[in-house]
Amino acid sequence: MSKLKLATVWLDGCSGCHMSFLDMDERLLEVAELVDVVYSPIVDTKEFPDHVDIALVEGAVASVDDEKKIKRIRAHSKLLVAMGDCAVAGNVPSMRNPIGPEAILNRAYIENASAQQQIPCVVVPKLLKVVRPIHEFVKVDVFLPGCPPSADTFHSALVALVTGSPLDVSALTRFGA
Amino acid sequence: MSEAVDVKTLQINGHEVSALRGQTILQVARENDIDIPTLCHLDGLSDVGACRLCLVEIKGSNKLLPACVATVYEGMEVTTDTERLQKHRKTILELLFAERNHICSVCVSNGHCELQSLAQQEGVTHVRFPYRNPELTVDASHERFTVDHNRCVLCTRCVRVCAEVEGAHVWDVMGRGINSTIITDLNDNWGESSCTRCGKCVQVCPTGALFDKSKIGSDHPKYPDFLPYLNEMREAQ
Repeated sequence: MSKLKLATVWLDGCSGCHMSFLDMDERLLEVAELVDVVYSPIVDTKEFPDHVDIALVEGAVASVDDEKKIKRIRAHSKLLVAMGDCAVAGNVPSMRNPIGPEAILNRAYIENASAQQQIPCVVVPKLLKVVRPIHEFVKVDVFLPGCPPSADTFHSALVALVTGSPLDVSALTRFGA
Repeated sequence: MSEAVDVKTLQINGHEVSALRGQTILQVARENDIDIPTLCHLDGLSDVGACRLCLVEIKGSNKLLPACVATVYEGMEVTTDTERLQKHRKTILELLFAERNHICSVCVSNGHCELQSLAQQEGVTHVRFPYRNPELTVDASHERFTVDHNRCVLCTRCVRVCAEVEGAHVWDVMGRGINSTIITDLNDNWGESSCTRCGKCVQVCPTGALFDKSKIGSDHPKYPDFLPYLNEMREAQ
């Protein structure tokens, strides 16, 4: 049997979920026996592949670019996993929602800047008015809350997803874990 | 001559249990180790049936009743854990999360929060409703405590403990429906209110809405267990 294709994606998050994923340490070898990592911030591939079996998505949808990405990820993945509180609930990135992106950008690039006061508008993607969890854009198959979910959570969840054994998420993790 | 004890016999989840007249379904269930989730209820305070998490089914009635205020009667048949009730409890918790800005990861009560543990216990892994993201205030005018309205679930435990146990009635609720908010005095700053600085409201708050300024990070367990003890001591006097 060929290995399952695993992708991991980093949207609006702090990369802490990816760090926690790497904290599986020697168990990564075991995971590598089960899956091929075909796309990830830690591998070289630039484009999200056409056929992915399991996609782990870290981060909320905060920009037009995130929105485009999450739609492509959904279209090309059999199983989509919301990884961590940002993807699941918006979390820290969503704390700007009550005041809006203009106020945040102004504070960072105008009010607090001593030189070159300007709001970046080229190359960087436009921010959405409201930061939202990924399931408000696409269908999500598995939710793994936690900030970040622990390495043990990742290990148990991945093994369950790959082998098709039952997965009780609430027994493993919670919001803010 | 002492009055005869009025005992009622009823069924909870198929088990025969006996209770005293006037007892609530919740009291009887807990006496018999049957768990019913609660949020606004707290041993030692009056019950208001505000959070609806303790809703139970009664045979012969198509209305769901809050176990914390519904009293038992002879022959009552109560069910506490049907699929319908589990569905409603999950929905209630999700609505609470969607209503205000509960960001567990940066909350002083992370790991000690009743809303958070209820969500885990009831299997809430995400919120199906769009988050409202309301703009709410934080009042840090008090020298010892802070109220963060982003995290308030309007359980009114603070209102009740302040009025019923401390006897100060500094806390109350202002506004209607979704615009309801807890206030001190006539919506004055907490620091300039008639607060007695006893801190009972902080200890009974189930979330990180009321917290002690001396606590940092998520190191803020709350100890509401003093209430039944305090009440008992007062009654004994």
